[in-house]
Amino acid sequence: MAILEIKNVGKRFGGLQALSDVNLSVAENTVHAIIGPNGAGKSTLLNCLVGKLIPDTGSVTFQGQSLLGRKPYQINQMGVSRVFQTPEIFAELTVFENVMIPCFAARDGSFQLNALAAVRGQGDIKDTAEAILEDVKLLDKRHMTASSMSRGDKRRLEMAMCLVQEPKLLLLDEPTAGMARADTNNTIDLLKEIKEKRDITMAIIEHDMHVVFSMAERITVLAQGTPLVEDTPENIKGHPKVREAYLGEAQV
Amino acid sequence: MLGLEKKDTSLLIVVAILTMCAPFILNPFPTDSAMAQFNAGYPDLMQRFVIFGIFAIGFNILFGLTGYLSFGHAAFLGIGSYSAVWMFKLLGYNILPGIFLSVITSGLFALLIGYISLRRSGIYFSILTLAFAQMSFALAYSVLTPLTNGETGLQVYNSDPQYFHSDAMPNIPHLFGQEMQSTFKLSMGGWSFDFNTGYYICALIMLVMFYLAIRIFRSPFGLMLKAIKTNQTRLNYTGLNSRPYTLAAFVISGMYAGLAGGLMASMDPLAGAERMQWTASGEVVLMTILGGAGTLIGPVLGAGFIKYFENIFSKINDTVLHQWFAFLPDGIEDFLIAIVHPFVGKGWHLTLGLMFMAIVIFLPGGLVEGGQKIARKFRGGKAKDTTATTDSTPAE
Ligand SMILES: Nc1ncnc2c1ncn2[C@@H]1O[C@H](COP(=O)(O)OP(=O)(O)OP(=O)(O)O)[C@@H](O)[C@H]1O
Ligand SMILES: [Mg+2]
Repeated sequence: MAILEIKNVGKRFGGLQALSDVNLSVAENTVHAIIGPNGAGKSTLLNCLVGKLIPDTGSVTFQGQSLLGRKPYQINQMGVSRVFQTPEIFAELTVFENVMIPCFAARDGSFQLNALAAVRGQGDIKDTAEAILEDVKLLDKRHMTASSMSRGDKRRLEMAMCLVQEPKLLLLDEPTAGMARADTNNTIDLLKEIKEKRDITMAIIEHDMHVVFSMAERITVLAQGTPLVEDTPENIKGHPKVREAYLGEAQV
Repeated sequence: MLGLEKKDTSLLIVVAILTMCAPFILNPFPTDSAMAQFNAGYPDLMQRFVIFGIFAIGFNILFGLTGYLSFGHAAFLGIGSYSAVWMFKLLGYNILPGIFLSVITSGLFALLIGYISLRRSGIYFSILTLAFAQMSFALAYSVLTPLTNGETGLQVYNSDPQYFHSDAMPNIPHLFGQEMQSTFKLSMGGWSFDFNTGYYICALIMLVMFYLAIRIFRSPFGLMLKAIKTNQTRLNYTGLNSRPYTLAAFVISGMYAGLAGGLMASMDPLAGAERMQWTASGEVVLMTILGGAGTLIGPVLGAGFIKYFENIFSKINDTVLHQWFAFLPDGIEDFLIAIVHPFVGKGWHLTLGLMFMAIVIFLPGGLVEGGQKIARKFRGGKAKDTTATTDSTPAE
């Protein structure tokens, strides 16, 4: 069954048709990769899913409910989390605080005026936060200010912040960009592990074919704002149109 | 203790001791010494220290935590004062109803102004709050004269109803008969110390408000406010709606301001429109940044610092300068006085401005950062932070 259904989505920026006629459905509990050359419209498509952009045409439904017109925080509360292309974290706060915030959001909803409760007193939040930091191997850095971490650590932190909410759909925009090979492999392992542990659907945008082919169950190739083909990794590898449009210029 | 971490409890206790002993601490010089000029332990000024402390503590909850810089908080100060004076006029001079109403009305106004202003952020938010405050000022000054008594200022007249006033009660602001003005003077040797009822009431209220502020800083709510300051995008994509958080912070800080305004009127039963002017709004911004925005104790320090300067430096006139430099040869004396003159007396703003610039440039974390640097030097470089976060972005 499709958890995410994108139908006839189009988006125009001035004179540039960034997306046109995008049809895509992501099946529940799968890893679906979206690949394509730079400027193909991958991030734009993601922005249309999370409420950052509103498509000019078409519809986006998540678990049968339309996402269009909803605010980012509402979409997140429905169970969609997003990792950004450049990590978005709470740079001035500590690593631990960074993961506690999504824990609160998951437990208390989009707003709660608990101005007199102490953060320290929230045992359940503390435990969940520590567990996820352990998973992403950042537990020993929990008192560090997030801004002082390396780029790879920031990405891992952002991923932890998304995972700790136990989203139904996780959208990842180039989660391993700027990571060293070892870190990339760790990230793949982490995502696979999460995938095994519980039901989660992932839509992942990635340039690194190593990541794509070691994780994806289905791949959509986007070129100039429209899906070129959608198929299994094996078929994509050999697809002549894909080679021409994309893979010819990248590592396989 | 009281649901606080150890270091916060110590901070609260230190502040409590300092405020309770303020009459001694602020009058370190014998009354007839040349330095008596610098004594600040008289009732009026001590009251102002703690009242503006409350104002700044509340302002810091908005600005220090969320980074939203309001340029119109004096409006709530004024609204608080007007509310309190109206209670004196209608009910009588007991300060409790006045203080209560000042918090309520300022909270309601903050809800309205915040709801509209918070649709924008950054500089546009600041401008909106400034516009609202100037509108309030103009309304209070002229249009709403029946409510505010315009230019003259709102005060209590003998013809006012004062329904709960009885002849047994004092005819000036009081708390169940305890007059705000009453001062016990203690003379010890050459020293003299004033213990004023109004000051102690304000100081106790400030301690309670300071305690509440610590609780807010350490709460999940406070954490969300800090998150708003660092990265609102991430917050929204984390399922949190920043609008009600900022609005709640705005209303809370507006209520603090209203409380300060109510206390001001309780110390001196008068409310004028000038209390709402933009200079007053700017002053609390200066206090917070000077002391250290986003830190717990910073705003209180900043408030004390500025009020001290305003009242002490402004009193140093040429006569005083002549006394100080009398020992020098005439030519040099006149020369020195000519140099110092622009910085004291009516020119105290110049000194304050220069110090403000120096602090913003060299100590962006304000006086608190200065204190921490000194403490670190003493402890040999491995000191920990003593207060909340040291981060602050004064120019925001
Ligand atoms: N907000 C915007 N306003 C105008 N043009 C935009 C905007 N966002 C994206 N574009 C343009 O739309 C096109 C698609 O951009 P997008 O970021 O979606 O590409 P992408 O596939 O994510 O590329 P990359 O692999 O480099 O991240 C680009 O030409 C880009 O310049
Ligand atoms: Mg992109």
